[in-house]
Amino acid sequence: MAKTELQSNTFQAAPLTSKTEPACSSMANTLKLSLDYDQLTNCMRCGFCLPACPTFRETGVEAESPRGRIALMKAVVDGIMEPNMQFEAQMNHCLGCRACEPACPADVKYGQLIEQAREAVEKHTVSHRWWVKLARKVAFKGVFPYQNRVRMVGGALRFYQQSGLRNFVRNAGLMNLFPAHMRDMEKILPDASDKGVIESIGTRHSADGLRIATVGLFRGCIMDILFTETNINTVRLLTAAGFDVVIPETQNCCGALHAHSGEQSDAKELAKRNIRAFRESGVDWIISNAGGCGALLVDYGHLLHDDPDWREDAAWFASRTIDISKILADQGNLPHTFGSMDEEPMTRITYQESCHLRNVMRSSDAQRKLIRRVEGAEFVELFESDRCCGSAGIYNLTQPEMAGSILDHKMEHVKKTEAHVLLTSNPGCLLQMKHGIEKHGMSDRMQAMHVVDFLYSRLNRDKINVVK
Amino acid sequence: MLEEVVIRELRAIVGGSFFRNDPETLVTHSYDGTPMQQALPDGVIYPGSTAEVAAIMKVLNQYRIPLISRGSGTNLCGGTVPVQGGVVMVMYRMNRILDVDLDNLTATVQPGIITKEFIAHVESLGLFYPPDPSSMAISTIGGNIAECSGGLRGLKYGTTKDYVIGLEAVLASGEIIRTGGKLMKDVAGYDLTKLLVGSEGTLAVITEATLKLIPPPKYKKTMLAMYTDLYGAARTVSKIIKSQIIPATLEFMDNPTIRVVDDFAKLGLPLDMEAILLIEQDGEMEMVERDIDMIASICRSENAAKVEVAETAEHALKLMTARRSAFTALARLRPTTILEDATVPRSRIADMVLEINRIAAKYQVQICTFGHAGDGNLHPTATTDARDQEEVHRVEAAFEEIFEAAIRLGGTITGEHGVGIVKAPYLEWKVGSAGIDMMRGIKQAFDPHNLLNPGKLFAKETRKRVVIQHG
Repeated sequence: MAKTELQSNTFQAAPLTSKTEPACSSMANTLKLSLDYDQLTNCMRCGFCLPACPTFRETGVEAESPRGRIALMKAVVDGIMEPNMQFEAQMNHCLGCRACEPACPADVKYGQLIEQAREAVEKHTVSHRWWVKLARKVAFKGVFPYQNRVRMVGGALRFYQQSGLRNFVRNAGLMNLFPAHMRDMEKILPDASDKGVIESIGTRHSADGLRIATVGLFRGCIMDILFTETNINTVRLLTAAGFDVVIPETQNCCGALHAHSGEQSDAKELAKRNIRAFRESGVDWIISNAGGCGALLVDYGHLLHDDPDWREDAAWFASRTIDISKILADQGNLPHTFGSMDEEPMTRITYQESCHLRNVMRSSDAQRKLIRRVEGAEFVELFESDRCCGSAGIYNLTQPEMAGSILDHKMEHVKKTEAHVLLTSNPGCLLQMKHGIEKHGMSDRMQAMHVVDFLYSRLNRDKINVVK
Repeated sequence: MLEEVVIRELRAIVGGSFFRNDPETLVTHSYDGTPMQQALPDGVIYPGSTAEVAAIMKVLNQYRIPLISRGSGTNLCGGTVPVQGGVVMVMYRMNRILDVDLDNLTATVQPGIITKEFIAHVESLGLFYPPDPSSMAISTIGGNIAECSGGLRGLKYGTTKDYVIGLEAVLASGEIIRTGGKLMKDVAGYDLTKLLVGSEGTLAVITEATLKLIPPPKYKKTMLAMYTDLYGAARTVSKIIKSQIIPATLEFMDNPTIRVVDDFAKLGLPLDMEAILLIEQDGEMEMVERDIDMIASICRSENAAKVEVAETAEHALKLMTARRSAFTALARLRPTTILEDATVPRSRIADMVLEINRIAAKYQVQICTFGHAGDGNLHPTATTDARDQEEVHRVEAAFEEIFEAAIRLGGTITGEHGVGIVKAPYLEWKVGSAGIDMMRGIKQAFDPHNLLNPGKLFAKETRKRVVIQHG
């Protein structure tokens, strides 16, 4: 940045709107075009977002807060500052957990602003390391948009894990070629599968007993190869609760990783394919069992709001998307209590929220309601369960330092709950929690599970004590 | 621009990473919670101890560089905007609770501690620190002291100044002074503690504070009284005070505020009411019950259309939420929210609200009013759009006339937000020219080179008093 262009005493009674045009970088131009100036103006800098922000909490630095990041975006648009490496870094440091949105009196759409900023950063980035660029290209353009390729990756991973190759790689010390945080993630990756939920159990499943509604399962991509069982259990819980379940075959990745990393046009294409798939399948609701995906699914309305061909269908899709726990708790015809499967002593359970489920889908009670219905289990609140665990999509791979520090603080609180089971509602959080348990040497006394898998394991079909 | 030599010396004191002058850091310390105010500093420094603050101040004094100390930057008077450049000093690293003295009922803290964290800590020890600024989740104790923050409990418990009994502060020269202490009584000379509280960072940098704690109230009860007539609500306030009942909270919302709050929070508030009073009393159970009964009968005698006493804690919480969501609801109406705090004697609340409404109509701007009726502290809040220069000018003109009206009714230009840059042109209206001279003399004694938060409190020019057109 040309420091001389900064006037130190630029006090003015009006906002800094001086549109002096320095030798604008192309990133600055893109930001000027893409950032929503209304939203930038709506931020009144009251600071209410600061305590909600995990990166501000870790660092105490204003630039690491939503208010700070918005000020940076506005400064670029107003021509006060040139976006540079540090600007890029700051936009990338944001976890995108959106905890700042419920805290904001002025209802600033921070999530949209950070996505717009990241799209510009992505277009003109100078700071990405080569492997990040390559990995992003392969993953975003080459794999996620194609369900069959996602499954091929699952198959390759499965081959790696089960053929003895994993043991060879580990024993030969080949993992040492990778950074520590990637080695850690490799260790806790669950067994992958090349068969997703459809290949395992088919596309149509009828409700047990009286049908309440027909729902479509959003199977996800990572979810479907790493957590196939969770998808299967989701279907079983839904049918047990009285829902006909359809799993449209033509659905694909939700596009969240793309949208949150600044690849908006790819996200839109993926969204359109999903909307078509579920529209054509004639479902009443679209069920998400991954908070991260769900948050983008409910945002499809905004994503496609300026596309006249899609606006209406996108709004329908967004309004009909619901988290599995919420539909089970509010509408499901499930037993009043989930039984204990065996004669084990009292299980202590705690729950780490998915940020996107809480802050975007605004659902945090339903999970607790269901967990409290489990017999022989005691629910302990996790202190600051509403705070991001540091997983945040691929954040823990791209920003390992900040993610690690956030995770360490999280695990201190987890430890205090003395829980046997740590439940989550999102695959990214689940992996991060598994990683945390391993990293903090707690695997002998605690396991992390998806809410769905836990509830299904406790669904005692013999004991029907129906609420509704 | 800071000279290299200055930067080198500052870095030598705090270490490389705790002094920054990159564009990101400068931009993100160019504002606080005040709308439409921004100016870039030349550097930002994060000291870790009083000794470092003193050393920094010595360097800045030597090179005559301004210093703006700040906490979380939530203030609403432009108090921490670096209008003359210089170095912004962020106190967040000095955030420890040094001591909670259960024998003396005091706490000693560093300035960077977040108010809510401090309050949570003393409450966990069974004690009570009453000042409760609405920004407490993020504001720091140091910032509260600098601005003398108020809050919803000011009526019964007083504000920050009533709880600060000792300070450690660094002067512009870099010398360290200590005032007061863990003493309830101290008349050794001028009361510098009280002078520094609310001095808005213009006299010294506060580096440590000793605060008075009190036993928490055992019991509390909340009620809501609704009026179709503004004067009825106002008379109720006066009559409660006159009956020598001092509620813990006595809050006011006018009709436009009721409408936006209800539209936002869907609380089912009566939209046809001209005003709502939210009242809370705390203390011994017997006294609380008696006070609430008496207050309820005063409300009825002043023609309250409805009096609702919360029977459960959830109900009470719902009522308090209504009041607390006023700011949130108003902030969502228009892009720019200007929240002011004209204050009048408690008997003049109704006159003040009428004046505000008249002035808003005159200038055709939207101003909703809510606030701490019990201590006469109102928050007329304009909702506008900073990009509409013409409208903003009308808002400014309206506020000028509102401050004038407050003074005329025996009030003041600010009850709890402070003067900063926003109210500086009006300070003389309140304190007079001799008062300003006296204050300038004090400033001169503390800070002869005008290095500490320059440009605040004292304006280059005082605005002329507006002539109010009657009739």
